[in-house]
Amino acid sequence: MTTATAPAVTDERVIRTNPFIAMLRRPEVGAAVAALAIFLYFSLSTQAFLTPAGVSTWLYSSSLFGIMAVAVAMLMIGGEFDLSAGAMTGTTALIVGVITTQWGVNIWLSLVISLAIALLVGAGNAFIVMKTGLPSFIVTLATFFILQGINLAVTKLITGTVAIQGMGAVPGFDQVKVIFGSSFPFLGMNVKVSVVWWIAFTALASWILLRTRAGNWIFAVGGQMTSARQVGVPVMKTKTGLFMTTAGAGWLVGMLQLFDVSTVQATTGIGQEFIYIICAVVGGCLLTGGYGSAIGAAIGALIYGMTLQGIVFAQWDNNWLKAFLGGMLLLAVLVNLYVRRQAGVRS
Amino acid sequence: MTEPIASAAPPILEVRGIGKSYGSIIALRDVSASLGVGEVLCVLGDNGAGKSTFIKILSGAHEHTEGTLLAYGKERTFGSPREALDIGIATVYQDLAVVGLMPVWRNFFLGSELTRGVGPFRRLDVKGMRRITKDELAKMGIDLRDVDQPIGTLSGGERQSVAIARAVYFGAKVVILDEPTSALGVKQAGVVLKYIAQARDRGLGVVFITHNPHHAYPVGDRFLLLKRGTSLGEFAKNEITIEEMTRLMAGGAELETLAHELERA
Repeated sequence: MTTATAPAVTDERVIRTNPFIAMLRRPEVGAAVAALAIFLYFSLSTQAFLTPAGVSTWLYSSSLFGIMAVAVAMLMIGGEFDLSAGAMTGTTALIVGVITTQWGVNIWLSLVISLAIALLVGAGNAFIVMKTGLPSFIVTLATFFILQGINLAVTKLITGTVAIQGMGAVPGFDQVKVIFGSSFPFLGMNVKVSVVWWIAFTALASWILLRTRAGNWIFAVGGQMTSARQVGVPVMKTKTGLFMTTAGAGWLVGMLQLFDVSTVQATTGIGQEFIYIICAVVGGCLLTGGYGSAIGAAIGALIYGMTLQGIVFAQWDNNWLKAFLGGMLLLAVLVNLYVRRQAGVRS
Repeated sequence: MTEPIASAAPPILEVRGIGKSYGSIIALRDVSASLGVGEVLCVLGDNGAGKSTFIKILSGAHEHTEGTLLAYGKERTFGSPREALDIGIATVYQDLAVVGLMPVWRNFFLGSELTRGVGPFRRLDVKGMRRITKDELAKMGIDLRDVDQPIGTLSGGERQSVAIARAVYFGAKVVILDEPTSALGVKQAGVVLKYIAQARDRGLGVVFITHNPHHAYPVGDRFLLLKRGTSLGEFAKNEITIEEMTRLMAGGAELETLAHELERA
């Protein structure tokens, strides 16, 4: 058995594909090409885009969307959606803001409490989806509205306003700010620490998806849940982990925003849940699950962040962003459809 | 398990008067059969004969409500497919339990992945899994072009064979095949029959469910005939001819036309 095949596995029945063509088939490459085009366009057409200040602005913007997009991409590969992901960034930040400024809870403890609540909501989403078999789209839509309502109502009830004030005066704020809200000089830019979190999270997610058992299970439960169950994949555990990861990422982004600007609005994150999904799809995720990549989703977020800021730099009407977003999504879905057909999935 | 079995050794799998009812519906009643090492037990029956119920009992998907199920001479009741799997009874379902978009090697090891390293550095042994997949498939006589291609791109027969090879590699002593040839063309079905013979020659017990006597007869050692939820008997190969089998399965009325049809095939 050992001598039958040469170590370099080549077979005359496999057409030697051009490495360039083979590369184009990877889920994230289409998005990378688009990102490069957008980068070049705004670099050449606006003054501010390529300046150190400009770069750090769109990198920061991309990083916040990117962390969520990567988490949502993993969830989508696992065959589920989470529409409560955006509101979750607001909920977690509001919890920390309210209990530290109003009740004087220790700031470190408040971080743990808000993370625990986020994870609990994620687990709750998973539990309802898995036990009832209802589409996660509906279940998390409900969670989204519940969180949105609570964010506004409870914040108003306790603080009397719809925003958290006086975060900066909370003892220990500066220490936590180092972790979530600081920035550091890099190549003349003032890079926000959230960019580091984004890159680290994307790398970790890629590692998990491609090189661990859990990653194999994520692709399997999204691709063909009954098959995965039949061969002994812990479906419930995998999906619960995914929902909790998404909620946990919502907490991270909530903290990154809160400690950057020292305030949080009760409406934070509302309406962003679809942007995460769009970033993931632009990055090569299939809406039907079982296929996609974390790096692709990160690139999808980069495209969004660059466009968001590029449009501002170019002084266009901000509404063009939405039209652009729709166009990108349509294009990405068409490319995905093509890829799926090329993959030749039968039956 | 490797030494030749003495004639007194109990069969790997045996059922005595087994039955299953769902509420007031009797799906299966009083079926007895046995399977030894290196044997192929063919379960034949027309649609609705109770074949599916029978394999669901053997594979642990449903518990039987009557009779006894013995594995290695010990009485058992399987609460889940996992329990059956743990004592070496693997089922290859009609949908093959594969994930179409995933590469062949990831499918081969799905749920039982090989890893290296410890703690947070525990990672998939990608090289090892690729190599073993290629080797194991070669042992079944499948020479795969590329184990990295999505399994959805393989032909039905090839996918069937990958599923069998996977069951064998993971220590199955008994492989239950649910209609593996029903969706296949003549040539592909022949390929799968060859793999069944190969698995048998490697000392496995094979339960082969089919409604086609022409597929069953060449590879089968014993034949269990089901009709309308009950057994028409279990026969050794020398006790029954293919014509008799067909006649029993189909019943008198349909015999004329069926025989006619088969002769021309």
